[in-house]
Amino acid sequence: MKYDVKLCEILKKSEIAPSIFDVTVRAGEIAAAAQPGQFAHLLAPGKTLRRPISICEIDRGAGTLRFVFQVRGEGTDLLSQFDVGDAYDILGPLGNGFQLGDTSRRALFVGGGIGVPPLLEAAKAFGKNAVAVLGFRNRDAVILKEDFERYGCKVLIATDDGSAGFHGLVTDCMKDEPADVIFACGPGPMLRAVCAVAEGRGIPCQISLEERMACGIGACLGCACRLRREDGTAFFGHVCKDGPVFDYQTVVWEG
Amino acid sequence: MADMKVKIAGVEFENPLIAASGTFGFGREYAEFYPLSTLGGISCKGLTLKERAGNPPPRIAETPGGMLNAVGLQNPGVDYFIEHELPWLREQGTRIIANIAGNTPEEYCEMAEKLSDTDVDMIELNISCPNVKQGGVQFGTSCAGVEGITSAVRGYCKKPLMVKLSPNVSDIGEIAAAAESGGADAISMINTLTGMRIDINTRRPIIHNNTGGLSGPALLPVAVRMVWQAAGRVKIPIVGMGGISKWQDAVELLLAGASALQIGTVFFSDPYAPVKILEGLQSYLDRNGIGSVTELTGQIRPY
Repeated sequence: MKYDVKLCEILKKSEIAPSIFDVTVRAGEIAAAAQPGQFAHLLAPGKTLRRPISICEIDRGAGTLRFVFQVRGEGTDLLSQFDVGDAYDILGPLGNGFQLGDTSRRALFVGGGIGVPPLLEAAKAFGKNAVAVLGFRNRDAVILKEDFERYGCKVLIATDDGSAGFHGLVTDCMKDEPADVIFACGPGPMLRAVCAVAEGRGIPCQISLEERMACGIGACLGCACRLRREDGTAFFGHVCKDGPVFDYQTVVWEG
Repeated sequence: MADMKVKIAGVEFENPLIAASGTFGFGREYAEFYPLSTLGGISCKGLTLKERAGNPPPRIAETPGGMLNAVGLQNPGVDYFIEHELPWLREQGTRIIANIAGNTPEEYCEMAEKLSDTDVDMIELNISCPNVKQGGVQFGTSCAGVEGITSAVRGYCKKPLMVKLSPNVSDIGEIAAAAESGGADAISMINTLTGMRIDINTRRPIIHNNTGGLSGPALLPVAVRMVWQAAGRVKIPIVGMGGISKWQDAVELLLAGASALQIGTVFFSDPYAPVKILEGLQSYLDRNGIGSVTELTGQIRPY
């Protein structure tokens, strides 16, 4: 199975920060096939479009997947109203995840806000070789710090208002952290700044993108993103099938 | 068990459900779920003479009961399709419809000519794409335009020719009649209805193209009405589409006058929709003692 649609029972659910929900589901075959950085497409009942939610953790032994998502609109609001014992209708696993490569390298995991959850499963593999630099609006919005620490990662928190950790941008917070590779997910301006750091240091960097999406599997061509071919020419690839994780050098920023 | 076979313009389909162009790519992604022979046919992603990059993102916006899209006919071009997609599609045991869109009448004709030398089963003339600047819907919104492009392509097309109509017109019956008199063997309808959404915080349209095509369940009553009106005007078969998400919707469109159906947007919420719709349709026919799905076509009892 590459991907399929399954009903997945909710085993655990909690609101870990205002409007941010942490849900673990029994996902058998989807969990068995899932890779760090991939996503799943969740049916929001009555909605025309599914909602792409990144996979936060994979437990193949237990056959479970963990999702941490933020209520952004009607669809995610519907998803947040499911209870333990209910089932999500899940299409997944989808997309290309992070290429972990040699996990003895020093890796920087840079996340902003709701861009933090997709990094956890990949960071696990690096354990103590990983430094997670996590940016949030303020102290109340901080999520998953203990989770990264549990897997041995060093965690640096940055907040916009200084109410927790470093007062400022993740890219300033991570200035003195040595690294051989960067993995990042978060808002566009943060990703661009992280890519500039990778370029400056001359190290590889993989970034996870999002875009308004319909089919989730590469058929409808809705979730376009501008990419660069090896010869330098640009074209529209698609976040669902070509990503959501991209080598930063292939991404052409809009505007 | 009721017979699900239908015949459109001399082409026999195992069942009346066809994947709508633009929602199903060239089928490869959905072949992960079920054999593509589950479907009566596949109308492939719209093709242009040369490769087309499509519109900048965002291309998608959800709407009440539906969605807008403005993909802008991103496709690898007709030659690539013939060389790299068609041979594989041909092995899937379903009918293959090539959907073509040109910037000029000459481009439509050239594509129809090229595809006539392949083993596609049918050609669908896309004169109703609302999301490209040139071509597309400009041929599809006047009777003279529809008849002109249809008869021009007819001269080069050796395959059964189906014309896909735009709902963005004032009299769909006249437009359908124009396609018929231009030489169409069938019509498919309706394409998307032009729509728009605005982000109230940024005051920007959600879709980069500003406007997009509305599809999904919200479209169903418009499609039923238009198929019914067109069916009253033409003798050629109608392939009905627009907002089908369950078997009951399929029955409605057949009763309104459709001989076969296309489904599209429903794939995005439920990739298995065709399996469920076919099961429901089959049991509706059996329950009502109807021997063939063809017996439903046009059997509406209007007031």
